[in-house]
Amino acid sequence: MPIAWEEYPATSTFDELIVPGGGARDAARSLVEYLSTLGVGELMTRQRAAEAAIRGMGITFTVYHQEGGSIDRSWPLDIIPRVIALQEWQRIEAGLQQRARALNLFINDIYHAQQIVHAGVFPREFLADSANFRPQCVGINPPLGVWAHVCGSDLIRGADGTVFVLEDNLRVPSGVSYMLENRQVVKRVFPELFEATTILPVDDYPSKLLETLRAIAPPEAGAPEVVVLTPGIYNSAYFEHSYLAQQMGVELVEGRDLAVGDDDIVYMRTIDGWKRVDVIYRRVDDLFLDPEVFRDDSSLGVPGLMRAWCRGTVSLANAPGAGVADDKLVYTFVPAMIRYYLNEEAILPNVPSYLCTDPEQRAYVLAHLAELVVKPANESGGYGMLMGPKSTAEERAQFAQLISQNPRNYIAQPVISLSTTPTLVDGLLEPRHLDLRPFILSGRETQVTTGGLTRVAMRKGSLVVNSSQGGGSKDTWIVDTAL
Amino acid sequence: MLSRVADNLYWLARYLERTENLARLVGATTNLMLDLPRHLAPGWQPLVKITGSELIYSEREDRDFSEKSIVRFLIADMKYGGSMVSSISRAREIARTARDIMPREFWERINALHLYVGEQATVAIDKFTRHAFLERVTGGVQQLIGMLEGVVSEGEALSFLSLGRNIERADMTSRIVDVRAAALPVNNTAELRPFETVLWMSVLRSLSGYQMYRMHARERVHGVGVVRFLLADEHFPRACVCCLHRAEEVLHSLPHSEPLVRWLSRTRRVLTRARLEGLDQVQLHEFIDRFQLSLARWNDELARIYFLGEIKPSATAGT
Repeated sequence: MPIAWEEYPATSTFDELIVPGGGARDAARSLVEYLSTLGVGELMTRQRAAEAAIRGMGITFTVYHQEGGSIDRSWPLDIIPRVIALQEWQRIEAGLQQRARALNLFINDIYHAQQIVHAGVFPREFLADSANFRPQCVGINPPLGVWAHVCGSDLIRGADGTVFVLEDNLRVPSGVSYMLENRQVVKRVFPELFEATTILPVDDYPSKLLETLRAIAPPEAGAPEVVVLTPGIYNSAYFEHSYLAQQMGVELVEGRDLAVGDDDIVYMRTIDGWKRVDVIYRRVDDLFLDPEVFRDDSSLGVPGLMRAWCRGTVSLANAPGAGVADDKLVYTFVPAMIRYYLNEEAILPNVPSYLCTDPEQRAYVLAHLAELVVKPANESGGYGMLMGPKSTAEERAQFAQLISQNPRNYIAQPVISLSTTPTLVDGLLEPRHLDLRPFILSGRETQVTTGGLTRVAMRKGSLVVNSSQGGGSKDTWIVDTAL
Repeated sequence: MLSRVADNLYWLARYLERTENLARLVGATTNLMLDLPRHLAPGWQPLVKITGSELIYSEREDRDFSEKSIVRFLIADMKYGGSMVSSISRAREIARTARDIMPREFWERINALHLYVGEQATVAIDKFTRHAFLERVTGGVQQLIGMLEGVVSEGEALSFLSLGRNIERADMTSRIVDVRAAALPVNNTAELRPFETVLWMSVLRSLSGYQMYRMHARERVHGVGVVRFLLADEHFPRACVCCLHRAEEVLHSLPHSEPLVRWLSRTRRVLTRARLEGLDQVQLHEFIDRFQLSLARWNDELARIYFLGEIKPSATAGT
């Protein structure tokens, strides 16, 4: 049965592939035509083939359960790709590079002279209460002056087509392995399309990551030994840690494999004795890195690691303390940072935000809770949020109290109606909301993944894209229409 | 290679081998019981001894040494760390951590085998369905081993897997010989004589060694011949000497292995030169006991050299 695009439900928001009336957007034209020739039955067959491939390739993510420990689930992929035109992507890419540069300058400044504070651009009191500011990092000079080597920024598109930055993840952002694996699977499912269309490749990410990590090695390291540090198999992103280590051809280590010698050098225990480690791509949170400095009950970290890092005998990516810029409140200052450090205007806008520390803005927020999204400043993963339009009066009263008690801890934003894209649901193509997480590497150069990981809410009307809460994913195509 | 990874691979191979050995042991014992007159049958109790689990078994509720209790204990008891379900679970847990170095199919197959054993373990208690279950387990493990040999490049990973497999095999073979020799006197009594061949054949069968023994010995199956074959044959892959020899060969490619190689070849010489004909039951038991003790010490030495990293980091600074 062919696909009747004119019956594709129009929504009040922007659709990534289909314009109102059923026509295809330029960059998506060949995809949409191709899908029409296949028909829904064939699409379902290919969706099943993709699911079988995912099981076969062992692409999983881990979900925690109260009893029964953690369970490996097959990674959810919807085979209909999300398409972005190269021309638009180039602007987004430039915007992300600009942002990563400004954020790194900000972090470096915060741990040194704090000029941005003295200049009156960033308020001192916000720094004082930041949960992710690490006094241990003050005065440290990481190689190249880079702190956030890997940044995952979440992008969303509003009803008028504007792309906003929703947040910047600077601690241990994850998801890039799924971006790479999604492409592998979709290539198998739609080989004809890859022959007929110019879809930019994504698979050079692991080599670019390795290049970035090698670039920050301590100067005395000849051929630097790079490792990936994982909290272990029970971590929800273990698949990714293992995948990236394998793809880069480096060791995947746990804290217990490492030790810091009396010489403040980090070693890993191998069957050939202790071997020096130069660069650690750590996927362990700051507070678990070194029980001598942070949480002393952490068994995931390495005693003495901070000592070695401060002496410069080992490089950590991301650097400890980089999370100071991963804060919803700091986020609201990114356009000001770009102006201050780069003397440029932000290419990508933030979602308009209200600071609850400002009396006027707070009053507005408290009066409009039912229309706004309220977010805690230091949480990630969507915890502790208030979704105004879906909240009860009781929840709003609770948040009003929380905000009044601790205004520093909250920002509020208008609800952005995320853009949609056609998604296979029960044998039909239906619009579902999505976002995009590109990854930005900062080393000698600033490089952005081609596209990123598209996450999609599989439930009708839902804006929740997290895979742990029933979200799915899509392959993201950057298509060159000039060719 | 990281010490933790090497340690894991070594134990992955041991647990996998143990899974298969348990299937063989239970299978061969089931057959033996069918072949012997009831009053002569050695019963199921020796299996508890072979696996060295007398103490744990004696603390169980159904410790009556009946076939049912012992088979359930050896195959389906999650609380007993040496059972088949425990062994395959541990092997699978390790395989999970080694997904970055093992072929993808390996993880899927071991996962499937783990699920199968977990779901079907209770059917093994019923004598009628037991055979098919055990065959599938043995076949499943052999498939996994074949996969490793077939698609993992030679190198440290394969070396540690091979070490684990051969040491576990040598250990299990010596245990089986020890316990069976105690139950079936090497210099047998008049009443047992008619069944001697049957008994020793079952020992060989539990190790899939019957055909190889016939080709090797070309004589009647008898006690001393079988014991010598299983302990000292250089070519049968489950014979202790052959296992140790294979382990030695693997060790040559690993760093710092000289003391481990010397230890194994010394042990191998002792086995080869032993005058088994002159030993009575007690002496044979002591002989095998010394062999197992030697293996246990060797295992400690292996851990000291490769897994524990006892040398302090700063001592090797600059290397």
